[in-house]
Amino acid sequence: MSTQPAHTDEHEAANEADTYIAAVDSELKSIIADVLGLDTDDVAQFTPETGLFGHLPELDSMAVAGLLTEMEDRFDFIIEDDDVDGEMLETYGGLLEFAQTKLSEG
Amino acid sequence: MIATWPCSLADGATSDELLVTIGEGDKASLLVIPPLFAEHNLMRRQMVLVMRALANHGIVSHLPDLPGWNESLAPLRLQTLDGWRSVIAQAAEQFGTTHVFAVRSGALLCPPQSQGWLYAPQSGAKLLRAMIRAQGISNREAGIEETSEHMAERGRAEGITLAGWEIGAPLFGELEAAEPLQSDGLTEIAQNGVGSPGLWLRAEPGENAEQAERIAALIAKAIDS
Repeated sequence: MSTQPAHTDEHEAANEADTYIAAVDSELKSIIADVLGLDTDDVAQFTPETGLFGHLPELDSMAVAGLLTEMEDRFDFIIEDDDVDGEMLETYGGLLEFAQTKLSEG
Repeated sequence: MIATWPCSLADGATSDELLVTIGEGDKASLLVIPPLFAEHNLMRRQMVLVMRALANHGIVSHLPDLPGWNESLAPLRLQTLDGWRSVIAQAAEQFGTTHVFAVRSGALLCPPQSQGWLYAPQSGAKLLRAMIRAQGISNREAGIEETSEHMAERGRAEGITLAGWEIGAPLFGELEAAEPLQSDGLTEIAQNGVGSPGLWLRAEPGENAEQAERIAALIAKAIDS
């Protein structure tokens, strides 16, 4: 079957993308736990809808600065002033999407 | 033991600054060089825990304050990196320390040819970037708009207060270019070798006995070998 190998490649590519997204997700959760001093098991339960800024008492403005700086260090990208808006910090999903977009640009 | 030490300033005056010394014995003596600004406060308890753990291994350590730091009466805005470096070199000589243990941005102050350890060293540029970001966020909450680039320009030209710390123009310029000292005698201790996350990341000062013990054991092992 000539289509079989192509199908497998596609499947593998999809798997690789999933693994990559999972790796970014897990690193971001680890950064949040480290910076905010939260229990890793609690942060592991975060969903895209989990509220961050304005929802987590630990995440005040100084902690936001620490969080963004730690993301820059661990993901090796630069976050510009203009990148930081309410939407990106409102939910975990927003922050994860931001990290993935930044990583794909780099 | 808490005492003061006489530290000579660039203008010829002497300033009495605080000194914490822990441990006894003549096996080795460590000069603890703390991080600058907020991380100094965040890490102070932990540094003292490391010093106590070192004392259990028979190692003496000294944690000096510098002009403009902690309880010092000298105004922070007049301090320079060069001035602090020379005071740290004086401290090493006065106390006869054999090694340094520099924490985070403390690595920017190590005397040349130092032997010892740099714990999670941080460059001056990264330190400033984090402080500018914190200031920017609190500005925005107060309804003030100023870009990071503009704050950096102001820092270079006239000095700037970032997150409550008054940084003079000379110090700002020095920090932008400052890198942790690289020397054959210096070994880096990375946070992932110490266990749980670095305590400087937290909003409030904390302590972690297990991390302190790991750092002390690592240093003691190297000194004993």
